[in-house]
Amino acid sequence: MSLPALDFYRSMTDRVSKTLAERDMENKILIQVGSATCEHAAGSQVVAEEFVRHIRASGRKDIVIHRTGCTGRCSREPIVGVQVPGQILVKYERVNRDLVHRIFTEHIQGSAPVMKHVLDHTTAVLPEREFLFCEGSRCQRSGSNLRETFMAMLEARGIEPNRVHVAAASCFGVCSLSGGAPATYVLARPEKVIYRVNGEADLAAILDGHVLGGQVVEALRVQEEPIALEFLERYGDVAFFNRQSRIALRNAGVVDPESIDEYVGLDGFKALATVLGRLEPDWVINELTKARLRGRGGGGFLTGTKWGLARKQPDTTRFIICNGDEGDPGAFMDRSMLESDPFNIVEGMIIGGFSISAQKGFFYIRAEYPLAIRRIQHAIDTCRAQGLLGPNIMGSGFDFDLEIRLGAGAFVCGEETALIRSIEGERGQPKVRPPYPTDRGLWGHPTVINNVETFANVSAIVRYGGDWYSRIGTEKSGGTKVFALAGKVRHTGLVEVPLGTTLSRVVNDIGGGVSGGKQLKAIQTGGPAGGFIPAAMQDMEVDFEPLQKAGSIMGSGGMIVLSEDDCMVDIAKFYMAFSQEESCGKCTPCREGTTRILEILERITEGKGVMEDLDKLHRLSRLCQRTSLCGLGRAAPNPVLSSIKHFREEYLAHIQDKHCPAKKCVALIRYEINAEKCIGCTICARNCPVECITGTRKEVHVIDQAACIKCGNCFDVCKFAAIDRV
Amino acid sequence: MSDHCHGSTDNWPELERGYRAMLPEDVLAFIDASRGREHSESMLIATLHMVQGHFGHLGPGHLEAIAQLMQIPLAKVTGVATFYHYFRLQPRGKYLINVCLGTACYVKGAEKIAQKLRDELGIHFGETSKDGIFSLESTRCVGTCGLAPVVMIGDEVHGPLTPSQIPTLLEGYLARAAEDLAPAAASDSR
Repeated sequence: MSLPALDFYRSMTDRVSKTLAERDMENKILIQVGSATCEHAAGSQVVAEEFVRHIRASGRKDIVIHRTGCTGRCSREPIVGVQVPGQILVKYERVNRDLVHRIFTEHIQGSAPVMKHVLDHTTAVLPEREFLFCEGSRCQRSGSNLRETFMAMLEARGIEPNRVHVAAASCFGVCSLSGGAPATYVLARPEKVIYRVNGEADLAAILDGHVLGGQVVEALRVQEEPIALEFLERYGDVAFFNRQSRIALRNAGVVDPESIDEYVGLDGFKALATVLGRLEPDWVINELTKARLRGRGGGGFLTGTKWGLARKQPDTTRFIICNGDEGDPGAFMDRSMLESDPFNIVEGMIIGGFSISAQKGFFYIRAEYPLAIRRIQHAIDTCRAQGLLGPNIMGSGFDFDLEIRLGAGAFVCGEETALIRSIEGERGQPKVRPPYPTDRGLWGHPTVINNVETFANVSAIVRYGGDWYSRIGTEKSGGTKVFALAGKVRHTGLVEVPLGTTLSRVVNDIGGGVSGGKQLKAIQTGGPAGGFIPAAMQDMEVDFEPLQKAGSIMGSGGMIVLSEDDCMVDIAKFYMAFSQEESCGKCTPCREGTTRILEILERITEGKGVMEDLDKLHRLSRLCQRTSLCGLGRAAPNPVLSSIKHFREEYLAHIQDKHCPAKKCVALIRYEINAEKCIGCTICARNCPVECITGTRKEVHVIDQAACIKCGNCFDVCKFAAIDRV
Repeated sequence: MSDHCHGSTDNWPELERGYRAMLPEDVLAFIDASRGREHSESMLIATLHMVQGHFGHLGPGHLEAIAQLMQIPLAKVTGVATFYHYFRLQPRGKYLINVCLGTACYVKGAEKIAQKLRDELGIHFGETSKDGIFSLESTRCVGTCGLAPVVMIGDEVHGPLTPSQIPTLLEGYLARAAEDLAPAAASDSR
């Protein structure tokens, strides 16, 4: 008997492969331009227009622009990829109008890539081939380093490293797919082939057959397709990317976010077809439970359990909500997923809706994310038009629809009961739990609320199985987590790593360490509800429990790197000011507690703190934690408590010595002119807004401390480092 | 329920005409379409978004018209409009400048950018410049932390910025504002 959902899926893929074949992208030169809020801000729209103009002027029909979302490599945007058939994709960083012209004339028309502007310029010449060896730190592979052996073999044959490039990459996820014994896997580009290599003999076969013979060595070829194959094939040569394990972000920077055909071409809606083909909601819930997928919004509640609870309710009017109210300052993974791979989130929501037998689902997205809203709306409309939403989805008899509701700039609405109130059209104030939303949520009916990233993982788990997913993470939490790496770090952007990866690996190996050669002081995780992990603890594994033990939380995945230049009291004050402003005012401990805590912190940073304040901070924080109504108030003191715990000496310096070690707190610093270095150029005096610097040309200048407002202008403009901040 | 309320006011048709005149067509169509639907009151926030999108802010008259036409108490409409930061009850300048004070921007020196903007424009957060061109506000993270520190002007995000780039940035918008005014002035003189 043939199942309607599978028939539906088959006819859909047939149609899509025909459309994609007509587009004939494989035989054309593709110019891939990122299109997401951050890419646009960096100027990608201008870049795309410029390419269009060049293509038109050249009159060539074999060059097309391919729009993608963002890869999450923020500091190097706009990123442009040029794919010439049969060659390795070349990615350029920080492309501007002038560079567009050079790329077009030199690379596309002259076939000489502009190597100077290649992303992370790893090589001086574009190699013909590239072999990426998996060297994931988590599996214990025995034996010699096969990558080095291979490099030696190439050298012995006189093959230049410029022609055939060999590099190390992170786990491709092939072993976890087969569940077999770990081996070394090698990704060959541009052929997009993965080999399983067990020793030198295999390497020799690849050398003879593939490198010299130009033929794929079928005997060693792996049949499984790891989930991030397309991503690795495009970005596998860049260390920032190949040290990641992309599941939730697998299509970001690969797929056109507004093309359902491309999404289907990447096995999109295959998971939905499987689910609607089986028609067993409990099977999906069971797979999620096996996967040990925990809520990615921060709470870490097991998704399978949550869905199971809603499913058991006698009330059959049920809702499912995607929480896209990403309000944590410093977190932008949800925005990126909504903008770069919207169909995947929609697919995850439909599967969720089916699993709890909901009739309707809601996307709750911040109004500050207009592009995300537009892309999700487009995805919903397209799905509805193609029978993937609405009545009788994929002919399976399951009816379900989605709708977007906009947030309006209230941080507390990320809390699930407040979010429900907001969808209901009320002020977004939380309610007492229990009852939990799975019992009585939206309009009093059972409701499942999950974060964007949680839904982004659902289709992958259905396709590859819960066991596969659980093998990737730790004993308690399966899979990967996306972190938004920002602050004083060299490579800012989105990083997806298996849970259990160390903080140091994320910040140093992937993020490239602290920017400007400064010392790492702490890593802040979890936003205003999180805490600080001191540099000494950077070898800690990132997972829900260890972070909590250290006084922080996973949160939605914001990760802010702080250097020696950052004052911990000041940063704690910053977060407290945020929580205080965002407190909805419903319960007293949070409303008053955050206000008083902030006052004390302000006092300390102004040099008016007394020792008693530390005790007061502690008592107030504990009170706020224990008695607040919702998560906002309960977590708001975390930055204060964890900074006191790990950086008590900084508080003492502020209180007892009236000194800010990081020289950040304005009231506790002053500027002085170093008489030995000052050459009397007058630039400081000219830039002083209160004209408190005296001195004539070629004479040592002096700052009038009584009049100085400590704006720091003189410090910034002095070209001779003659101004000291003390 | 709504019929009952309408019926209790003798001059409802007259009032309704007045309220309808206060709101643009698309908002009226939206309110009409949601009337009678299940949980239609939940469309309040979406309605406020639409009205603010049209006028740039939510005036007292707009709130009253929304309350009357959606049959939601004005106290609740006002309560919702004042609860959410995104809604503005005061008119704003042609270009809204939002300084991001999120964590990533803060540690990268957003305070200095904010100070420079205050100095250059001569206004504080929440105020509009005398020429009505710029309004200055702060926001909590626009989600482009990789480009920190950033400033959002209208729908455009600028970053990473240094205080010294601010004057040029503002001049660009002033020039644009002047350009927008120029054709109007030209047609006036004709």
